[in-house]
Amino acid sequence: MPAPNRVPRPRCVLSRAALMAAITLTLAACSSSGAGDDASSLTITDAWVKAAADGMTAAFGTIENSSDHDITITGATSEAAKTVELHEVVDNVMRPVDRGLAVPAGGFLTLEPGGYHLMFMGITAPFAAGDDVTVTLTLSDGSEVDLTAVAKDFAGADENYDGGMDEQMESASPEAST
Amino acid sequence: MRPADSAPSRRRFLAAGAAVGAGALVGAAAGAGAERAGALPGTPDRPDNAGVNGQRVIPFYGPHQAAVKARPGAFASFVALDLLPGVDRARLAAWMRLITDDAARLTQGRAALADVEPELAATPAGLTVTVGFGRGFVNRARGQRPDWLGPLPAFSIDRLEDRWSGGDVLLIVAADEPVTVAHTLRMLLKDSRSFAALRWRQDGFRRAYGSDPSGRTMRNLFGQIDGSANLAPGSSEFDAAVLAGDDAPAWLRGGTSFVLRRITMDLDGWDAADRAGRENSVGRTLDTGAPLTGGRERDPLDLDKSGPSGLPIISSVAHARRARVEDPTLRIVRLGYNYEDPPPPGSAALSDSGLLFGSWQADVNRQFVPIQSALDEADLLNVWTTPVGSAVFAIPPGCREGGYVGEALLAV
Repeated sequence: MPAPNRVPRPRCVLSRAALMAAITLTLAACSSSGAGDDASSLTITDAWVKAAADGMTAAFGTIENSSDHDITITGATSEAAKTVELHEVVDNVMRPVDRGLAVPAGGFLTLEPGGYHLMFMGITAPFAAGDDVTVTLTLSDGSEVDLTAVAKDFAGADENYDGGMDEQMESASPEAST
Repeated sequence: MRPADSAPSRRRFLAAGAAVGAGALVGAAAGAGAERAGALPGTPDRPDNAGVNGQRVIPFYGPHQAAVKARPGAFASFVALDLLPGVDRARLAAWMRLITDDAARLTQGRAALADVEPELAATPAGLTVTVGFGRGFVNRARGQRPDWLGPLPAFSIDRLEDRWSGGDVLLIVAADEPVTVAHTLRMLLKDSRSFAALRWRQDGFRRAYGSDPSGRTMRNLFGQIDGSANLAPGSSEFDAAVLAGDDAPAWLRGGTSFVLRRITMDLDGWDAADRAGRENSVGRTLDTGAPLTGGRERDPLDLDKSGPSGLPIISSVAHARRARVEDPTLRIVRLGYNYEDPPPPGSAALSDSGLLFGSWQADVNRQFVPIQSALDEADLLNVWTTPVGSAVFAIPPGCREGGYVGEALLAV
C-alpha cells in the first residue's frame, strides 16, 4: 500500500513512491515511435484536462523520464483543438514556452494549474466531464508520444493570457469554459 | 495574576510529572498509561499517538464494494442524487469512471485528479466510498431492474417526507475522520455536477474510533445496543444473506442492495419511560444488550421462557422478538448511524434526533419487507420511533483496477 506522501517536495519532482502509486491508476502514455527513442523513455500519468464548452482550455499531468538524459517536449497537437501550445504561468499570467519543456533525466515534469500546462486553442467540440482527450507530444529527437487526458469540471486554471493577438484569446474568460 | 490562571498551570505541571513517571515505568505503553494517570493527552513536546489511525487504508478494488464487509467508519454521509435530463447511458459510464477514479485514489490516501486540497486526502482513516443505483439510474441505463428496486410498500407507521426519500444514485462516504468524509464527499460531488443534482444528504455518527474496542455493537441515542443479531462479515451466512446471487440481474451479481430508512426517535417521550419499560420494549438489557432471558449479547432469545406472572419474559411485541428471523439466509445486515440535527426553527423540541437505519440484503422483497411488515404490525418501539425517510438502492459489485463501479451495467 503506497504511503501518502508527507514530505515537502520540489514542485516538478515527485517521489518515486508517489509516481508508482499514480501509475497504477491512470492511462499510461503509449509511444508512437520505436524502441530506444525519447518517446519510449517517457511515461505520462494523472493526465486530465479542464472541461470546456468551447474556446480554450488546458491539460495537466505528470511526465516521467526514465532515461539518463534530459528530454525536451518541443510541441503538441490534438485533433480536438486547432492548436495546442506549451505554456507556463509567470506572475499569474500564462505565456507560451518557446524553448520547449524539459523533462529531467530520471525525473519528472509536473504540469499543473498555475504552472506548466498544455494549452488547447479553439477546441473543435466541447470537452464534457468524463470525456477522454488525446494529445500527441513531439520530442526533440523527433519521436512522438500520445497522452490521454480525462476531462474534469474545474473552477481554477483561468490564468490571464499574454501570448499573442489571436482572436481565440478573446474567449479565454472563465465563462467560456464550464 | 488572577487566581483562575494559576490553578490550571499547576495542574499541568503535576500532570507532566505524572506522564514522565508513567513513561519511565511502562515504556511503550506510556501514552495510555499517562492518560489514565490524568496527564494532559498531548503537548507540543509530547504528542499523543495512542489510537492514531489516520493512515488506515481499506483496499478499494475487490469483488464487492469495500464498505459491505468493512468495519463501519465512525462518521458517514449518505447522499442521494437525481440524474439531470439528457444524461444518457454513455454519460452515466463517464460519470462512474470519474467517481470510481476519485474513490480509488482517496480511499488509499492519495489526492484525486484535480484535487485542490490534496493535503486533506492524506488521512484516509478507513475511508470507504460506496455507490448505489436507484430505479431511475437503472432505467436510464436501460438495464434489467431487480423487482425490488423502487419504493418500499407503504407501511402504516410511515410518515415519509420527500426530502429524505428516493433518489437515482446513492453515495455513502464513511471514515473514522469527519474532515476526510467532508473532503471526499466534496470531490465526488464536484465530479457529479455535470450529471446529477443533489437530492438529499444525511449525516450520521457512531462512537469515535478508539472510544470503544473495535467491533463492539453500536449504541443508538436511546442508549440501546443496536444491531446485536448482525451476521459476521466473512461467514458463509453473511454471504448468503447479503450478496446478490444467480436470481439477480447479471450486472448485480456479487453486489447487494441497500435500504436507508430515516427514523426519528422521540427522545422526550423516551425520557418518560422507566428502565424496565425501556428494556421491555426491546427484550434486551440496556447495559450489555443481552436477552432479558439471560446470557450474553449474542446469545439466542428464549422466546418461550415465562416470568412469575406467567407472561413471556420477552414480550410478544418486543422489538427483538418481532424483528427476529430464524433462517439466517433471510436476515438483513444492519448498518445504523445516529443522527442529531437542530430542531426546526421555532420548535419547542431540543433536537431532531434519530437513526439512519441502513441494511444490506441480497433481496429487499424477500428479506427486508417481511421484517418491516412484522414491525409495522406490532413493535413496542413504534411508540417512540417514526420512519420519515425511505430509499432503496442496488449496490453493484466492486471493480478491478482499470474498471469502474457499474461497468457490468454500463459497458457497451
